[in-house]
Amino acid sequence: MSAFVRGLRRLKLPPNPKVRVGIAIFVFFALLALLGPFVVQNVMGLSPSDVDTAQAMELPSAKHLLGTTATGEDVFAQLVVGSRISLLVGLVAGVITTTLSVLVGVAGGYLGGRADSFLTAATNVCLVIPGMPLLIIVASYVQGRGGWLTVALVIGLTAWPWGARQKRAQTLSLRHRDFVSAAEMTGESRWGVITRELIPSLAPIISVSFLGAVVGSMFADAGLSFMGLGNINITSWGSMLYWAQNGAALTRGAWWWFVPPGACIALIGVAAGLINFGIDEISNPRLRKPSKEVRARARAARLHAAAGGSAARATAGKPAPVQEAAS
Amino acid sequence: MTVPALGPVDATAVEPRPGRRLRSARLGTARYFLRRLGFYAVAAALAITLNFLIPRLMPGDPASALIAQMQQKQTLSGDQVHAIYRLFGTPGEPLWDQYVTYLNQVLHFNFGISVAYYPTPVWEVIRTGLPWTVGLVGLTSVLSFVLGTAAGVVSGSRVGSRFDSFMTPASMFMGSLPFFWVALILVLVFGVQLSWLPTSGGYDGDMLPGFNGPFLASVLQHGILPALTMVMASVGGWLVGMRNMMVTTVSEDYVLLARAKGLSKARVMFQYAARNAVLPSVAGFALTIGTVVSGQLLVEIVFAYPGVGYLLYQAVSSVDYPLMQALFLIVSLSVLAANFIADSVYGLIDPRARETRS
Repeated sequence: MSAFVRGLRRLKLPPNPKVRVGIAIFVFFALLALLGPFVVQNVMGLSPSDVDTAQAMELPSAKHLLGTTATGEDVFAQLVVGSRISLLVGLVAGVITTTLSVLVGVAGGYLGGRADSFLTAATNVCLVIPGMPLLIIVASYVQGRGGWLTVALVIGLTAWPWGARQKRAQTLSLRHRDFVSAAEMTGESRWGVITRELIPSLAPIISVSFLGAVVGSMFADAGLSFMGLGNINITSWGSMLYWAQNGAALTRGAWWWFVPPGACIALIGVAAGLINFGIDEISNPRLRKPSKEVRARARAARLHAAAGGSAARATAGKPAPVQEAAS
Repeated sequence: MTVPALGPVDATAVEPRPGRRLRSARLGTARYFLRRLGFYAVAAALAITLNFLIPRLMPGDPASALIAQMQQKQTLSGDQVHAIYRLFGTPGEPLWDQYVTYLNQVLHFNFGISVAYYPTPVWEVIRTGLPWTVGLVGLTSVLSFVLGTAAGVVSGSRVGSRFDSFMTPASMFMGSLPFFWVALILVLVFGVQLSWLPTSGGYDGDMLPGFNGPFLASVLQHGILPALTMVMASVGGWLVGMRNMMVTTVSEDYVLLARAKGLSKARVMFQYAARNAVLPSVAGFALTIGTVVSGQLLVEIVFAYPGVGYLLYQAVSSVDYPLMQALFLIVSLSVLAANFIADSVYGLIDPRARETRS
């Protein structure tokens, strides 16, 4: 136990505030998906599927925090309960996507030669075939069979090429480093080099792209459910959007029905964007906006130079070109 | 969106000798195009084969299910039943024989008869939707590329300026929202609450399509919201990508030299820095065509826009397998063709792309 706590302490949050906010949003939704359904169903006594036509299409109120649907279901309860399926699909599909992309990308980049040529060609070919239409036709053939797991599987199997390409590029820059050569000298097998040397050194990149894959899969799942494919009878954010569209929530102006599930998906997308953005800034300091202190010092330096310059030029009877100093 | 990675230099690639490079330049260009053409031919073959295999590998028997469903509407002739089996798999017939008949049908644009639009042939149905989607995708992807890249140049040449500190987070935020949900919000705000713009369709329902003023005005009016959604969703990615490349390029020596020569700021920014910084974005343009088309399918559904995406929605909701299959094929092949064109343009403007093997 104490070792676990010590381990936790050693896990430091990255200093970049964008990354911190992004991680906080993810943790919030993870907790919501884990604990939310219990709280809503057992503590608050709400049901996501109880039909009550006497209270249909109600505006948000104290009784129904986010209003009700056209059949009188509680939108808030649906939102909380639905978070579990949406995150689960994202997580499972994200794991499949990331695993495939790591295997193909790292193996190709490390092995080189014919194996690499073959894997790269396969990756590029799969990359240019548009994913969403493929997803739609596969999903419509398996419609209703297998539930959310099938949807996750289909998404995961079609989304890997982007990541594979990126990981191959990263592996190429690692494969001639000393630690890889050292492992090869000690008689490590190729598979051993890949799993024990390369993949751990790529861990930061892999974890960021895993995050991206989870979010991408959640978007894809929501899109599929919105079209009525996949799991429209299980409560998820995607199926909520489908029923809202089906119940003409738009033309009836029932914003409380379709804004919350979409906003949750969007919030998770923004969190991933923040983390990505923050990591870009960490790896390339030029992208960072100068801190307040630095800007203040630069301004002081400019003023100083301008003052000196104007003093010198004032004798020549010309005003100082202050704007020039700003560039 | 992160910076498009400039692939690390492959140490094993043979660098052509300077003397040879000049002589083989023209040959290299031809070889580059041939290689790309070969690549896209393989991709097209894969798309066609996937289209063939998916209904045959799926559990159950889509062909029989389809025939049963169609016979509820209309009695089918023996020929029609036979045609459906040929498109979706005859039980018992060797896969290879099925593949040959399937290829033959595809070559003749013979995709069978639509269930949703019975008894119109599938190809006829698709032909009505294609111009809408091609028009919207073409317009919005070029528009968002140009707008985003130009804004990225301005943003990246002065990190931390007022423009940059507003535009960059804003576009990052826009880029991380799900396309079709943004479309729903726009419908709610501009269509339902304010009722400024029409919320569905490609033109006024009581108009006859034709090349006349009122009809074109109606098309334009109906296109505003879908186009706005698409541009909003993708402009940010271009901005951030271009900004990040600009930041690196601006500190290169030749930019410093240009500035030292006293050239105007705009000239340094656009003619020196941006020209080189834009190359990864152009290369990325080809790869995003597929994503844009995928996003547009869902946006078309929200707006009931009469393009390929809405047809796909109709096909999915009425289990119209013939239409669905043909749409997948047409969309994939169009995306491949667009990719090939974008790739070729890139090969023309950046000679380095022709030299490296990929």
